[in-house]
Amino acid sequence: MTRKDSFIKPLLDENPITLHILGICSALAITNSLTSSLIMSVSLTTVLVMTNVAISLIRKHLPSSVRLIVQITIIASAVTVIDQILTAYLPDAAKTLSVYVALIVTNCIVLGRAEACAMKHGVVTSILDALGNGLGYSLILIVVAVIRELLGNGSLMGQSILKLVHEGGWYEPNAMMMLPPSAFFIIGFLIWGIRTWKPVQKEAADFKPVPLPDREKR
Amino acid sequence: MSNFFDVFFRAVFLENLALAYFLGMCTFLAVSKKVKTTFGLGIAVIVVEAISVPVNNLLYNFILRDGAMAWAGLENLDFSYLGLLTQIAVIAAMIQVLEMVLNRFFPALYSTLGIFLPLLTVNCAILGASLFMVQRDLGFTESVAFGLGAGVGWALAIVMLAGLREKMKYSDIPEGLEGLGITFITTGLISLAFMGIAGLTF
Repeated sequence: MTRKDSFIKPLLDENPITLHILGICSALAITNSLTSSLIMSVSLTTVLVMTNVAISLIRKHLPSSVRLIVQITIIASAVTVIDQILTAYLPDAAKTLSVYVALIVTNCIVLGRAEACAMKHGVVTSILDALGNGLGYSLILIVVAVIRELLGNGSLMGQSILKLVHEGGWYEPNAMMMLPPSAFFIIGFLIWGIRTWKPVQKEAADFKPVPLPDREKR
Repeated sequence: MSNFFDVFFRAVFLENLALAYFLGMCTFLAVSKKVKTTFGLGIAVIVVEAISVPVNNLLYNFILRDGAMAWAGLENLDFSYLGLLTQIAVIAAMIQVLEMVLNRFFPALYSTLGIFLPLLTVNCAILGASLFMVQRDLGFTESVAFGLGAGVGWALAIVMLAGLREKMKYSDIPEGLEGLGITFITTGLISLAFMGIAGLTF
């Protein structure tokens, strides 16, 4: 895999969310507003780059028996830094995101990339890989957030786009888009779309259904 | 005592970690193919949650929180920024201990849980429950109820999904939607049903 590949591939072909099912918790939870999704994307990408660089730098001195503990500690420290910065400079956003910023620690993308890429490659490749995966995650988050906020609240980043009925406009907001189930539906349909477009990503079926015999023979 | 049950039922139904807060989703979607495995996993989550949330509660209230070190004569210390590191360390250590205890005294349960037990360290449902406990400022008894309820709620949700997926194996799903896609939509429908309980108060 070349360096360019490690940046481009995670965007769509090997997207962490829709192909590897990694880091879904936050992707579903905070996508009811575009602003929090953007903040979350930036936070995750920053954490990813920080940890990937740190782990890639020390990878040759890290005994494999204690590597998970070291990785988790590095990740938790990076997340604590981001969490403190958000609480200090964007207190409102930190409140909306509540525990989900702290939960980046257990976001499988971060640990997954540390294990799969940073432990094996040099710093430059690790940075590109972290950026690619961070952007792949952000891409899905932003798409879902745009759909949810636009249809659920008629706005984007708090700016009114479709004028709501109770404000004298014409758009009747779809309240379900603000509730958790809609996130499941939207990601489900996104996966359907991506897999129809790129059939390589389909999972192997557990078994093939036996075709029904012809009507006459029955 | 009524408060205990209030927190418990709230955590199981209204604020179900999996269906309302999307925690532990990776495991939830990846390991929900067979009812039998999810049952073992569910029990592991209940045990770990029921122990780790109260332990983290004690640690937070007596050591980390702002001014909590007053009992040692150190009123001005605020270690709450270390919360995240401590919680994940407590969870990891606890799972390690639990693994050894189970291996020694309950080998049958140990072999059922298998790989899931160590993996729970990076399950966001476990860490999330501790974080919510801190955020909501729960007392010790409430944290016991919350830990237990959060675990039971998560286990209930994953067993339900596995039951549905076992049945769905035989259905004819549109191309491209099989596997992950349809699982998402099923979870959405279960979550929608749980939303319906939200009107009830205990």
